[in-house]
Amino acid sequence: MDFTVAESNTHVRTVFFNKTRDFVGYLHGRSRRLATILPLLFQQTRPRNKMQFMLLFSRQGKLRLQKWYAPLSDTQKKKISREVIQTVLARKPKMCSFLEWRDLKIVYKRYASLYFCCAVEDQENELITLEIIHRYVELLDKYFGSVCELDIIFNFEKAYYILDEFILGGEAQETSKKNVLKAIEQADMLQEEAETPRSVLEEIGLT
Amino acid sequence: MLLQRKDIRTVKHPVWLPAVTSEVLTVEERTGIGEWNYRAAEGKTMSPESDAAWKRRRSERGTDTIMTPSVRLQEMIRVIRSARTQCEERGIIQRECADIRAQFRQGDNGERSHSLAKLLYVHMLGYPAHFGQMECVRLIASTRYSEKRIGYLGAMMLLDEKQDASLLITNSIKNDLSHSSQFVQSLALCTLACMGSAEMCRDLAPEIERLLRASNSYIKKKATLCAVHIIRKVPELGELFTPSARSLLCEKNHGVLHGAIVLITELCERNPDTLGQFRKAVPELVQIMKGLVTSSYSPEHNVAGISDPFLQVRILRLLRILGHKNDTASDAMNDLLAQVATNTDSSKTAGSAVLYETVLTIMDINSESGLRVLAVNILGRFLLNNDRNIRYISMTSLQKIVQTDHNAVQRHRGTIVDCLKDQDSSVKRRALELSLALVSAVNIRSMMKELLIFLSTCPPELRSHTASGIFNAAERYSPSKRWHIDTILHVLTTAGGDVRDETVPNLIQLITTASELHCYTVHKLYRALVKDISQQSLVQVACWCIGEYGDMLLKGECEEITPVQVTEDDVLDALKTVLQSHMSSPATRGFALTATMKLSTRITENVDRIRSIVSIYGSCIDLELQQRAVEYNALFKKYDHMRAAVLERMPVMDKNSPGHTNGDTFAETIKEPDLPKSAEEGFPSEPASQVYDLLGLLGATDTPLQPSPAPICTPPTSTSSADILDLLGELELTSVPKSTVTVYEKNGVSLKLQCDKQTETDVTVTLIASNSSQSDITNFTLQAAVPKSVQLQMKAPSGNVIPAQGLGEVTQTVLLNNPNKVSLKMRVRMSYSNQGTMFQDTVQIDSFPSTAWNCQPSISPL
Repeated sequence: MDFTVAESNTHVRTVFFNKTRDFVGYLHGRSRRLATILPLLFQQTRPRNKMQFMLLFSRQGKLRLQKWYAPLSDTQKKKISREVIQTVLARKPKMCSFLEWRDLKIVYKRYASLYFCCAVEDQENELITLEIIHRYVELLDKYFGSVCELDIIFNFEKAYYILDEFILGGEAQETSKKNVLKAIEQADMLQEEAETPRSVLEEIGLT
Repeated sequence: MLLQRKDIRTVKHPVWLPAVTSEVLTVEERTGIGEWNYRAAEGKTMSPESDAAWKRRRSERGTDTIMTPSVRLQEMIRVIRSARTQCEERGIIQRECADIRAQFRQGDNGERSHSLAKLLYVHMLGYPAHFGQMECVRLIASTRYSEKRIGYLGAMMLLDEKQDASLLITNSIKNDLSHSSQFVQSLALCTLACMGSAEMCRDLAPEIERLLRASNSYIKKKATLCAVHIIRKVPELGELFTPSARSLLCEKNHGVLHGAIVLITELCERNPDTLGQFRKAVPELVQIMKGLVTSSYSPEHNVAGISDPFLQVRILRLLRILGHKNDTASDAMNDLLAQVATNTDSSKTAGSAVLYETVLTIMDINSESGLRVLAVNILGRFLLNNDRNIRYISMTSLQKIVQTDHNAVQRHRGTIVDCLKDQDSSVKRRALELSLALVSAVNIRSMMKELLIFLSTCPPELRSHTASGIFNAAERYSPSKRWHIDTILHVLTTAGGDVRDETVPNLIQLITTASELHCYTVHKLYRALVKDISQQSLVQVACWCIGEYGDMLLKGECEEITPVQVTEDDVLDALKTVLQSHMSSPATRGFALTATMKLSTRITENVDRIRSIVSIYGSCIDLELQQRAVEYNALFKKYDHMRAAVLERMPVMDKNSPGHTNGDTFAETIKEPDLPKSAEEGFPSEPASQVYDLLGLLGATDTPLQPSPAPICTPPTSTSSADILDLLGELELTSVPKSTVTVYEKNGVSLKLQCDKQTETDVTVTLIASNSSQSDITNFTLQAAVPKSVQLQMKAPSGNVIPAQGLGEVTQTVLLNNPNKVSLKMRVRMSYSNQGTMFQDTVQIDSFPSTAWNCQPSISPL
């Protein structure tokens, strides 16, 4: 027989009851949404400051580049990007660049026709994320020479290479613009060396 | 050919594309993205370019910076973009996909990398591209850098860690990690950090650890971040990287240093031992940070006048973790933080980012009070910033500290309330949360005015949050009952559809207790009901009040509100409109029906009309309503002599007394699991218990009028079963006597036990303690214990002091639930102090008789 002490604070239980009920309601209503977000939720429990994904899309809602740092299935990715794009596009131009979306923070900025959009976890500094986006735009601009959306459409793989040289696994890897561009240039040269002899041979074969 | 047709079938319309995708070139696509920043200031306007013009411009610049583009890829993109309709686009992509498959089948012909690049573009458009997975694996294994590069890119896009194909690349990554070219190594590192599964991480962790000690900083910085990814995936591998992480702090290269800080942060957050170990590195980190802050201008790392904000932010975050709840570490960084907080220029985003991080660090470590003031002031300054982003950040951080530094935040109340009017919903949400946190007894009236204005204008997604926030604030700080009722009614009229279900019973409970305001409330609610019957919760409360206090409404005398003459027909018309309206929910109809019934004893003339209304619902399609109506009909006919007594006004409910709180009803719901669930949402509080009474009554007189088991409704304020029993006691011919017995008598303290049988399994026991000694008994507590199979629930005691000479008593209710019907035993332990001496005693109550009304517990003192 265990002694039970009287609960003097019935308020706590009331709150608990309400919370439980709300949560149950939430589960019923949002089970489908939860299914997509659960992997994000349970992947990490404590340190939560990683970038989850980055999307580039046009004002018409066309995806131009997507980079995922969280392990999600294709369907989930599509669902999430559709939802994020809709949410961001619905915002008016003067609104602030941050919004809470599910348990993530969306940081976005529009450059001309293109939206750059990052999803970070709640511990991340939003302002530095904004700086990271800006740095990426600067890198693209330097590489292409006054970059425009068409550059990213037609050379999307280059845009990916630059991103991979700047951000690794959701964290910025290089804080110097010069170093990133140097690395990209050298890698491009290496690629060209690998490709050139082949195209010459091809030409010979053709003529 | 067959395969091609198969391809055609597999290509589906991508889900996220708009219905018409004809990509007519827009001016925007050709506008430089950089324009926004670089050119806009110069006032240049960009003239639209065609695809061809864009191509010319690009080719003029030669291939020095951009390598020769893959012509076939760009050709395909152009063709896809030229499609005018969705259908046309799908056709092109089907052809291309068939082509790509054919290329893949042919094997190594030098075209594979182009084909994969094409496929990746198709994938980005939202079409399926899984058939390229194996090609990625093959290309990664190639010896050519160009093929490896696109292969790894494809792997990152097409593979995810759950697929088997990803295991196939583990070996290639392993080989490439020790490749002679740093760029090949880089590809492998990048892919591992992006999509490495736990298994892959375990396999490759030693390789990464080796690369952490490489001489090449290009590889080193990537390896550190790879290590971070590995630790996130497999936390127990952290120990492997701890020693090398420590030595990386001496690095001069910012990239490596940045990676190292991220790695150490990750290690410290996961392992308290490592955290302690790295606390020793605080002076070193402070030194690095000082170097950054005081360094002269270096173009390489400078961003808007701030030297490497990326690195600064990461160091500040690490310092925050190291200084959290640790005085030594906090002391070591106080000066630095003060320096950063005062010297950082916040006019640009980069500077604000560093300041923001500094404020967070100051608030999280054991910092000096002066420094905390400085931090709050920085946030206050942010609040006045023109940039909405900075204002948002400021409010997010103020929210975090509002509990600890309430007064400091209170100073910025005016600005925060102004932000409620901001156009941006993110800012609004923040301002709302902060405003709710800032409500206090002093400012409740002015704050509530602002909040109510906000409620009427706020976006729908915030409405329910605002409403519940207002209810909480009103409940905590309401200056008067009338004000409280008015506030809730205001919320119900503006946002009645967005309030939580328990609002209605809570408000009803509030109204019953404010007996002097009944007349005022019923008039006010009647007017609201006549004006608008779409707000369900408002209508429910209004119906309830009209039912209860209809006589006051008809009397038309009210001091606090200009009276209007309301006739009986008016009231009945209003209720009838609610009953018949298509907007009314079944629960609302239930309220209205019961109100109508209740009015039958409060009005004089139109009783026949009520009878006809009630009888109509005897054939209602809604089962609950029908049942009520049939019961009420019976009350009109067979039991008419009892109608007045049954329909009497509800007794005043005290929210804090045992048996009336939400939590209790929750417990009771659990106790009666076999009752229909629908009852929970089904019926309003008062009518419900009314019905219960009624059914009990009918049952007692053995009429066949019981269509279904009695629904026990337990919305929050419904009277507990105890009260129902009391009511029955009055109504039934044989009232239930309560037996009281004294179980303890010592030192002038006596404990009486009173016991009522409620149902087969539930017993309510009331313990009453009194004091006949000369001095007050203080710290009086009761504890009870029962056999394991019995559930025990103790309500809050009425107090812990028993006045001397029998002038008062302490009561405590104990609910026992005995599902297995074992013989009840209870042990009660009481402790109290009398004139400073502590006493503790236990008594055992051995047998509770099976029939409650001759309950004579046998007692054995211990």
